[in-house]
Amino acid sequence: MNIIEETHPPPPAKLEPDYLEAGHTVRSWLLTTDHKRIGLLYLFSIIFFFFIAAVAAGIMRLELLTPKGDLVLSETYSKLFTLHGVIMVWFFLIPSIPTVLGNFLIPMMIGARDVAFPKLNLLSWYLFMAGGMFALYAIIAGGVDTGWTFYTPYSSRYSNSHVIEMATGIFLSGFGSILTGLNFIITVHKMRAPGMTWFRLPLFIWSHYATSLILVLATPVLAITLLLMALERIWGIGIFDPRIGGDPVLFQHLFWFYSHPAVYIMVLPSMAVISELIPCFSRKQIFGYKFIAFASLAIAFLGFLVWGHHMFVAGPSVYAGLVFSLLSFLVAIPSAIKVFNWTATLHRGSISFETPMLYALGFIGLFSLGGLTGLFLAALGADVHLTDTYFIIAHFHYIMVGGTVLGFMGGMHFWWPKITGRMYPEKMGQLAALVTFIGFNLTFFPQFILGYLGMPRRYHAYAPEYQVYNVLSTAGASILAVGYILPVIYFIWSLHKGKKAPANPWNATGLEWQTPSPPPVHNFYETPLVVKGPYDYSPEEEERKLEERHG
Amino acid sequence: MAEATNAIAEQFDSSEQQHESAWLGLWAFLATEVLFFGGVFLGYIVYRHVYYESFVLASRTTNLVYGTVNTAVLLTSSLTMALAVHAAQVGKNKNLVRFLILTILLAITFMGVKGVEYYEHYKDHQIPGPSFVLKGAPEGELFYYFYFTMTGLHALHVVIGIGLLSVMALLAARRRFNPAYYTPVELSGLYWHFVDIVWIFLYPLIYLISRHS
Repeated sequence: MNIIEETHPPPPAKLEPDYLEAGHTVRSWLLTTDHKRIGLLYLFSIIFFFFIAAVAAGIMRLELLTPKGDLVLSETYSKLFTLHGVIMVWFFLIPSIPTVLGNFLIPMMIGARDVAFPKLNLLSWYLFMAGGMFALYAIIAGGVDTGWTFYTPYSSRYSNSHVIEMATGIFLSGFGSILTGLNFIITVHKMRAPGMTWFRLPLFIWSHYATSLILVLATPVLAITLLLMALERIWGIGIFDPRIGGDPVLFQHLFWFYSHPAVYIMVLPSMAVISELIPCFSRKQIFGYKFIAFASLAIAFLGFLVWGHHMFVAGPSVYAGLVFSLLSFLVAIPSAIKVFNWTATLHRGSISFETPMLYALGFIGLFSLGGLTGLFLAALGADVHLTDTYFIIAHFHYIMVGGTVLGFMGGMHFWWPKITGRMYPEKMGQLAALVTFIGFNLTFFPQFILGYLGMPRRYHAYAPEYQVYNVLSTAGASILAVGYILPVIYFIWSLHKGKKAPANPWNATGLEWQTPSPPPVHNFYETPLVVKGPYDYSPEEEERKLEERHG
Repeated sequence: MAEATNAIAEQFDSSEQQHESAWLGLWAFLATEVLFFGGVFLGYIVYRHVYYESFVLASRTTNLVYGTVNTAVLLTSSLTMALAVHAAQVGKNKNLVRFLILTILLAITFMGVKGVEYYEHYKDHQIPGPSFVLKGAPEGELFYYFYFTMTGLHALHVVIGIGLLSVMALLAARRRFNPAYYTPVELSGLYWHFVDIVWIFLYPLIYLISRHS
């Protein structure tokens, strides 16, 4: 490593403005190469897309209040769930934590001035936005009705909706994701501050590193798959077309080869956040650092080998089914390692329940439930009963919302003071976390039962005996909506009225807390020198202090 | 004067760190390319296995001469590219420009031959679609679909390479590279070798392996 030698003199202390003050023009934002500002550009973009997709979900939940299809047509309903799926997956969940918190924090956590390729970083955002515009166009021009999975031959031959435009949008935003992942990998390899060895990296970095590997290795397969699908739609025939000997199931193989790892693109960054929150609010060294670090890599690796479990009903051979089932069970191991290590970190910690910690604890519970119900679906026999029912919907929403969204919200609260220099109102934060947790469970737990009873997904009408669970679910969704809107309101409020944040409001140990809030343009006045591991907390000392304070 | 362009971007501490980052970055990008081509290669191999006889028959109707000439052209262009990188390394700027232009000319030759080859397939009704004719091979159309998709994607990469190398030639002509700074030339070279390697796989898959079986 030759990065230790310092050829730039460090900028004079205190003369550099913070990154928010460094420019106020639109141009200074749209042409910025500062990773912190790019993180914020992403934040505004993904929140925008989140609300579009959330409104679609809201309309669906309203439709499902009654068994009859009385609010929207069946065709409109298909467009709604496609919109919800496509926008949530590619324009919110996949970019959410990596592009906002990852962008903002990775260079700071490793003591760097920026990512390795700042211009490429900005290009990623433009690609993402260009993709978003194509997707929006597809929606406004009349929508897409294929479902987010774009199965052929429906997408390639029979659908009359705007498939090509939507696929172009996903292709472009995927290209942006690839470049983001590539940037993170090189940044972690090459930009670490002196003394920042691999095992002194915060687990946030390890998890994002694993995520980036998936982004770089899985997304191109999605690109070629969508390309082949689009080509088939334009050309009229293609390799998934049975008329010339093609096989539509090959599309499913290729699609899930990307889309299963994509699940880990969505959840690993959330685990990254949780691994920071738990030690900080337990005031304790993380339990089993190396196990958590390597579990991230194991998840990334195993994630590439399990795609077949999405296709148990697509007629695989018995042996292929067995192998995929077994491999799917294996993914549970590294996931469980993480959950057990977080729980063990809580043990004999000095725990406090600030908002980020509430989200983190919520994450552990909901992710566990989502993971355990995943085992039902990895089991061949049970899967045949549950495939394409609401059980699947409930399962992956426990991972995507209960996992990713809770992690995102926890992380946003935790680092909000660092990002904006202002504190959010704590009591409101705790309330919102609680409302989200209750609303989420009320929305999705009934769907497990619905699915087990046999209600199929993707229909706007259903048998009357399912109504009570659907009403519960819709009621939960409206509570969940409150849980999402509250933070938006008090975050905006805090920008002007919030208490000024000190450099380190949580007494946390990461490098990002050792520089002012908000950070200066180049993150640190002097390149930090790292001499110890990332979670240097002491619960005993913390308890002693508490006792002194309370007499 | 040339030394003035050796500036290190502000996020880096040394030119060595900058160089290593760029190098690693391009390798990571090539990994994504491997996966990108991998999808369609996989499809080809699966179908070749399933429709073995049709694929053998259809692959015999490809033009071995054009394929072989193009292989030779592309391999030679990799040589001239390597020589260009070497010229940059030792600071022979004139040679650098010459070899870059030679590489570009070879790439254009490749595209020309490919164009003639495509045209002949068109004349022979070998473009998949309603007018496709290939007697005795029921899945011959699928073979040709793969043929056009794979060589088309590869040709797209050749075109991108031509653009990239043209920019390099232009920069070299303006004396922007020197032995202390030639990372862009080196990385373009790496990309070009990758394009070459894709063809090294395409050539046997399409033209050779089925010809004598």
